[in-house]
Amino acid sequence: MTYVRDVAALARKDLLLELRARETLPAMLLFVLATLVAFRFALPADASERASVGLLWVAILFTALLGITRAFIPEREQRVLDGLVLAPVDRSAIWLGKVLATLAFLGAAELVALPAFGLFFEGVTWNTVAAVVLADVGISAVGAILAAMAAAGRARELLFPILFLPLSLPILVGGVGAAVGDDPARYLAFLALYDGVFAILAWASFEYVVTE
Amino acid sequence: MIRARGLERRYGAKRVLRGVDFEVERGGFTLVTGKNGSGKTTLLRLVAGLAAPTAGELEVDGERGQLGFLGHEPLVYRELTAIENLRLYARLYRVPEPRERIGMLLERFALWDARNDRTGSYSRGMLQRLALCRALLHEPELLLLDEPYSGLDTEGAELLDRELAERRGKVTFLVATHYPERLAPLASGALAL
Amino acid sequence: MSVAVAAAVVLVAGVALALLWAPEDDDQGPSQRIFYLHVPIALTAYAGFGWGAWKALRLLWTGGQRYDLESYTAIHMGTIFGTLTLVTGSIWARTSWGVWWSWGERQLVLFLILFLFYAAYFMLRFSLPDGPGRARISAVYALFGVVLIPISFLAIRLAENFIHPVVFTRDGPQMSGDMFFTFCVCLAGMLLLAGTLYLNELAGKRLDLRLRELREALELG
Repeated sequence: MTYVRDVAALARKDLLLELRARETLPAMLLFVLATLVAFRFALPADASERASVGLLWVAILFTALLGITRAFIPEREQRVLDGLVLAPVDRSAIWLGKVLATLAFLGAAELVALPAFGLFFEGVTWNTVAAVVLADVGISAVGAILAAMAAAGRARELLFPILFLPLSLPILVGGVGAAVGDDPARYLAFLALYDGVFAILAWASFEYVVTE
Repeated sequence: MIRARGLERRYGAKRVLRGVDFEVERGGFTLVTGKNGSGKTTLLRLVAGLAAPTAGELEVDGERGQLGFLGHEPLVYRELTAIENLRLYARLYRVPEPRERIGMLLERFALWDARNDRTGSYSRGMLQRLALCRALLHEPELLLLDEPYSGLDTEGAELLDRELAERRGKVTFLVATHYPERLAPLASGALAL
Repeated sequence: MSVAVAAAVVLVAGVALALLWAPEDDDQGPSQRIFYLHVPIALTAYAGFGWGAWKALRLLWTGGQRYDLESYTAIHMGTIFGTLTLVTGSIWARTSWGVWWSWGERQLVLFLILFLFYAAYFMLRFSLPDGPGRARISAVYALFGVVLIPISFLAIRLAENFIHPVVFTRDGPQMSGDMFFTFCVCLAGMLLLAGTLYLNELAGKRLDLRLRELREALELG
């Protein structure tokens, strides 16, 4: 399947770029830790479990923001994206490659964030882990295409958070609900629905974002 | 191989290309001339498929994989080495025997010694030569070159002369240039914008 | 122009019916009458976003540049009416329950999310240079918006369990015949108003574009 090989080549390229730049991953790890500490100070001691889970999700979303904002910067600097668009690859493969690389970085950040949360606040349930996994897919799928849109214009670092946050609100609901709701399965199913719907939309429409 | 009629490209109210008609036959070599802002770059981008015309017709025989493009930018990742960049493109263009082909091109353009350096450290001339490697990597049948001599020193320019002469007649060329004199001997047609 | 006249007539009739003729609600009293404005405004906002998404789809499908202005203007209408929804909803909440905002009020929360989303649409457009690229990106974003509407609605319903339980209920489709008639007249009036503003703005923008095209053609002789 040449499509799979194209995606693999592109995802490898994205991972290589980020690791070479050596900025994004350490920044994300440090940021999520610092944010959790800040939240610990911001929350009164007798706050409920529900409140602290919400903060975990805010920390994850903001860390994702930090990581994804720069997602298409290498391509937009000097129009390198044109090189990929010229190639006989499906444009959606470019998006999928970015999604996979983003998932890797988000996953790495969460491997730090979740234990830290368990340490600073209280234990993380399996429902939360499942919700984080599902949410990562949605965050990466939506984030990748929005990053491409933001990168096409000016003020790209300012614009991406503004585009991303409204679309991420349902993820927030799903994630927090899976942890504190009575019926976590409903929230997990909702996250899966969000992922499915927006991933398909992003996959199908990415072509139109990178061509004129 | 390329047929255009009434080609137009506008950005909002501004028209960059207006009613351009031309044809390039297979194996032909057409020069595109015009002052800055006349739309040479836009024309090449349209033929390359990077942008769609807003009016008029454009037919290009051949798919994306048979097209080689050299723009104002080298289209290489600064954080990656020359070899890594070319390897990526070789995979995307499904180049057979990529290692040999990449090695051969890097040698021909005198970049072999710098192959493992990040392209961010390259000089302007080196980037231009690497961009030419990228454009020729998959042995395209149609080459679109936007001011290919820009940034090249004498040695680089001679390397380019050789590559163009070798392909003359076998590959179709559409070349935008400010200095048509150098390419006039090779040219079979011209388009002034 | 006939649309504008129709809009004026129907809207005035609708408002008159709402204020004077429709029967008074037993539970909520006179403040319930703002419902006849609030819900039609909300539905008109949805219509604006939906129309904008439709035109966006047409743009991506056919590449016709004229759909860009149509999509943009429709979304502009949707955003204006969306903002009005928030305002009228807030007023209704104040008159009914004494609070300016309620997280238990699904429509309000939904429109807040949509407001954030479509405000970002304008920022996105503003940051992009004019041309087919901007048209395409705006169109894709508009499609995301129309998908976000049902997803957000679902999310809000799910969130009620832990954000704010629904303690207030209000008139839904169980309206009496007279109320329903009044509602329909107001809805038609709002849609006609939105249509008038839409056609008006579209014509103005098209004229502006034509003017600039002519000016540019003249400058280059």
